[in-house]
Amino acid sequence: MNTRSKKGLKVTHNHHMTWRFIKNRLITVFAFGTISIMICILLSILASLLINGISGLTFFTLTHMTAPQGMDGGLLNPILGSAIQVGLATIMAVPVGVMAGIFLAEHGRKKISQIIRFTADIMMSVPSILIGLFVYIILVMTTGYSAFAGACSLAILALPVIARTTEESLNIIPPAIHEAGYALGAPKWKVMLWVCLPAARGGIFTGILLAISRIAGETAPLLFTSLGNSDWSWDIFKPMASLPLTIYQYADSADDTWIKLSWTAALLITVFVLCLNLITRMYVDSRRKRDQ
Amino acid sequence: MMPLKKSNHRSEKKIIPLFFSGMTWFSSVLILLIFLGLILELFGQGQLAFSTFGFDFLTNEVWNPVTKQFSARAALIGTLVSSFIGVMIALPVSFGCAYCLSEILPKKVAKYITAATQLLAAIPSIIFGMWGFFVVVPGMANYVQPFLKWIFGDVPFLQLLFSGGTFGIGILTAGIILAVMITPFITAVMQEAFSNTPAMLKESAYSLGATRWEVMHHVTLPWVQKVVVGGVVLGWGRALGETMAVTFVIGNAHHAGWSLFMPSNTIASLIALEFPESAAGSLKMSSLMALGSVLMLISFIVLFCSQFLLRQVFKTR
Repeated sequence: MNTRSKKGLKVTHNHHMTWRFIKNRLITVFAFGTISIMICILLSILASLLINGISGLTFFTLTHMTAPQGMDGGLLNPILGSAIQVGLATIMAVPVGVMAGIFLAEHGRKKISQIIRFTADIMMSVPSILIGLFVYIILVMTTGYSAFAGACSLAILALPVIARTTEESLNIIPPAIHEAGYALGAPKWKVMLWVCLPAARGGIFTGILLAISRIAGETAPLLFTSLGNSDWSWDIFKPMASLPLTIYQYADSADDTWIKLSWTAALLITVFVLCLNLITRMYVDSRRKRDQ
Repeated sequence: MMPLKKSNHRSEKKIIPLFFSGMTWFSSVLILLIFLGLILELFGQGQLAFSTFGFDFLTNEVWNPVTKQFSARAALIGTLVSSFIGVMIALPVSFGCAYCLSEILPKKVAKYITAATQLLAAIPSIIFGMWGFFVVVPGMANYVQPFLKWIFGDVPFLQLLFSGGTFGIGILTAGIILAVMITPFITAVMQEAFSNTPAMLKESAYSLGATRWEVMHHVTLPWVQKVVVGGVVLGWGRALGETMAVTFVIGNAHHAGWSLFMPSNTIASLIALEFPESAAGSLKMSSLMALGSVLMLISFIVLFCSQFLLRQVFKTR
């Protein structure tokens, strides 16, 4: 190209070429920049959680209940409350979600299932605070604040996730498997329950884990439904403490020990959620590798 | 189907299939019912506020529990502006991430970085709130806001946006936190879309001597534009309803001004904060429910559009 310009030919074309490549290089740098910003943010969140939360992660914290200001307290009742409510929500959401997924997979092309699929997709992104308000209107106004109402709001959040993942994992089962079941003379529901569901259990399991990891950190709906409780509570028809609510209440306070406890609670939830996500991701990867 | 066996069927053998299909019908219709109930109940409970204040509910700016005057404008503007800032920041960032992950980096490396960005999507929103409150807010107060003031402080018109005290909280901080939260979603949609572009189209562009950016700009983006718009709108829908993260950093004042540094409010954070102080059945509670139904309306429209766009594209290909 240098030779060309020595001969006195126009170099505008050449110039244009370089600008194209410079632009390409600039965009590449920008792309790497954005990626590194996102990774830095992730690391910053994890680091601040670890630095502030790890010192509170002692045997004492895990085995003692929350205490009034000025006294040493732990996180036992929020941890148990979270476990109870998330567990209850899972127990409620899984059968309904799986059944709805079966329906969607079975009647894929019908108008009603298209509407339901659309609704489920929208429900997945509906602000969770509105679900909390809804459960407040339906349950709390009639029966009062309770862990049960909290679990209901979490179950509503988990339901569409489970239904859609179940549908998707049922859809990728080869039709030959259905046909083999029918060929043995089994009725439709038996084929569904004992042949298709076990074949799709990997995908369904992943969906359930994702749904759990989504509801484990939800705070907004619990504000209006389970209200929080600084005492020990087994009764699911009474207000109950939970980790996200404890974080919300403690992080705003001026007391250093409370702020520290809320960092520890935040660390606990994040580790739990990230572990669930890593497990599902590894599980999906290993299945994909096996299928190939 | 099986005429030979049919005569042996006892009546109870028909009950189980009926029960089973009844269960599947019930479960899926339940999703629909919950959704319809959500809309109807919110509007029903907000009825009192709507009938008391009428259309003024949307246009007034007063929120005064003492004089029993409530209105949505400040919170509505706060919601729209903070989520708009979030989308404006998230859009280029997630485009850069998706471009890097799907076009530049080798597959093996990209896999791990994708996993890392998706972990960001899994972190609960209250954690973002804490991180924002204890890490981002001091940073904004000490470095970013004084810097922005220093640059734009004397520019006409723009100085309106960057006036006010540098406390670190405010709409801008909320927008930044929202951007961090929705970037992984938009990135995931974009990555999916980019990888769905036919390789033949890209390869033919490369063979004409196009650079990587030219292939992206002239081949991939036109091919996937609807999905990308759908993904961005989906991210916007999520940003509209974020509660906990925003509540921590927005400062909570019933005020809507031009400054991005002033404390403001969003519908979701207003509901979360005022709810415990409202008596059931009161006008205030009804106003909160009315706010909720306004939020429901906005996010429904936004999410409907995004699903429509995403669905349309995945159906045709």
